[in-house]
Amino acid sequence: MIENKKFQSSYNYGFIDESTKKEIRRKTLKAVCIPGYQVPYSSPEMPISRGWGTGGLHLTLSLIGKSDVFKIIDQGSDASVNACNLRQFVKMMTGCEVTFDTAEATIIQSRHRVPEEILTDQQILVLQVPQPEVLRGVERYEFRTRQMHAEADYAKMWVSLYEAYVRFGTMMRGSGYPIKVNRRYIATPSPIPRWDVPNLSMANCLYLFGAGREKRIHAIPPYTRVEPLEFEDVKFRVEDFPGIRCSASGQDRAFMDEIFDDDGGRKHVINDSNFMDKVKSGPRPPQRLFTNPR
Amino acid sequence: MNHHENEIGWLLRVRNLTKVYGDPVASTLTRTGPKYDSNICPDSGAIVAINNIEFDLYPGEVLGIVGESGSGKSTLVQLLFFDQEATAGQVYFRNIDEGRTNLLTLSNQRKRYVKNHLMGMVYQNPRDGLNFSFSSGGNIAEKLLMAGTFHVGQIRGRATYLLTQTEVPVQRMDEAPGSFSGGMQQRVQISKAIANNPPLVFMDEVTSGLDVSVQAKVLDLIRRLQHELGISMIVVSHDLGVIRMLTDRTIVLKHGHIVEHGLTDQILQDPQHAYTQLLVSSLL
Repeated sequence: MIENKKFQSSYNYGFIDESTKKEIRRKTLKAVCIPGYQVPYSSPEMPISRGWGTGGLHLTLSLIGKSDVFKIIDQGSDASVNACNLRQFVKMMTGCEVTFDTAEATIIQSRHRVPEEILTDQQILVLQVPQPEVLRGVERYEFRTRQMHAEADYAKMWVSLYEAYVRFGTMMRGSGYPIKVNRRYIATPSPIPRWDVPNLSMANCLYLFGAGREKRIHAIPPYTRVEPLEFEDVKFRVEDFPGIRCSASGQDRAFMDEIFDDDGGRKHVINDSNFMDKVKSGPRPPQRLFTNPR
Repeated sequence: MNHHENEIGWLLRVRNLTKVYGDPVASTLTRTGPKYDSNICPDSGAIVAINNIEFDLYPGEVLGIVGESGSGKSTLVQLLFFDQEATAGQVYFRNIDEGRTNLLTLSNQRKRYVKNHLMGMVYQNPRDGLNFSFSSGGNIAEKLLMAGTFHVGQIRGRATYLLTQTEVPVQRMDEAPGSFSGGMQQRVQISKAIANNPPLVFMDEVTSGLDVSVQAKVLDLIRRLQHELGISMIVVSHDLGVIRMLTDRTIVLKHGHIVEHGLTDQILQDPQHAYTQLLVSSLL
């Protein structure tokens, strides 16, 4: 096993060299200035494979300081292998404090979830993004997607939603639902469930999206309007969990995981593990809940 | 030249429209054309697709553009529909700034607006005009969505109406056009082109790939829709039969130049230019 000491003495603070960090910060600033616009960046090599959160790690390590408190969640869980590995790595390379508590953290890196608890203006949520190009499903050529973004030509994206509705009678996208940011760019919110999409709009915190493999950063600054794409007569809906309660905490009104037992039974638990721990042991933390249209 | 008049009669005004491929030199435009029987510049090798084209199109009028392969017919409509960028020239459209603004100087976003709201295009190859990964209804929806209709019920209602008008079975609206016959694909393309009731539609060799009986049906349909909706059209064809059936006025192109321009009947009955005479005699 590699000793922590070796890392601390031989490697740069936050692993990435200072000039690369500076470049990433500069690109991050640009992304914040143009909400929803994908900014290309260098995406240096990291000690994890591309597609395992390198984009998120670049953002985290370029922003984190010694006084920060770091939290990482993987699909709602603080305890997944990926989350544990990255947490240990960040701790080792920065020496900063790490936490499971959403409210305590100043930088939260997340894969595929926005925490249930409302984030504050003192917090940054860094999301790991596998495919930042929202138009890739309808247009395979990069030069065309760039042109489509430049000219705000999003008809193909809309047609794909129309086709999904006509074919299946519902909005079929379970995750990565396309959003319009600041009434200009259409972007992907990373593969978060529809449940989380309304939380992106007019939020207190800064959302940063890093796609290491695709070398792109985009951002949703605080208090920015984010609208899921919806038709006038077919409205956006979040997942329904009618009559379902968390089997561990007994609570409802949160995004649930469905778990199957060995004997064929099934139960639901709140997906956000820290939120579940909190509702189990004390008062319910503040939450933004979206009501589906009738 | 003052292109703008107090009371505009025309819908589209084209002036000095020129398209050159390659690197032209000073002599390129003067040393090509019917007089030299070539549109390739002997000095630079540049190809003059169209040279100094001028015409007006009036509301409700159907203008034919005829000429042999390589005469510049398709390039001309592609320039007017912004599929290609012109080398020089001015294009004015009555619905944009009352005909005061040269459309070729507009931003790409504004050009897209003009294309989506005010123009329609039917290509020779349905694959150029339709997206085969979408359904037929989806293709029509694309045009409506581009123009700002975001109501699924209204989109489907309009698509149903258009497919009925163009005699495409409505129950096949949610099928991809790849499963349709060539004639049906062309009819879906026509539905898409007229989806927003544009005042101007371009038709580029719409019946070229179709057999004679299907050709006749498509031509009947175009004539009926033009008559009912009063759309102005620019019809490109190398087939004088199509030109005779559809158009009021005709421009004859050769090596990128207009060699004759007049009422279709007059051109077909009494062609003045030797090239037109050759075209007409080959028809008869």
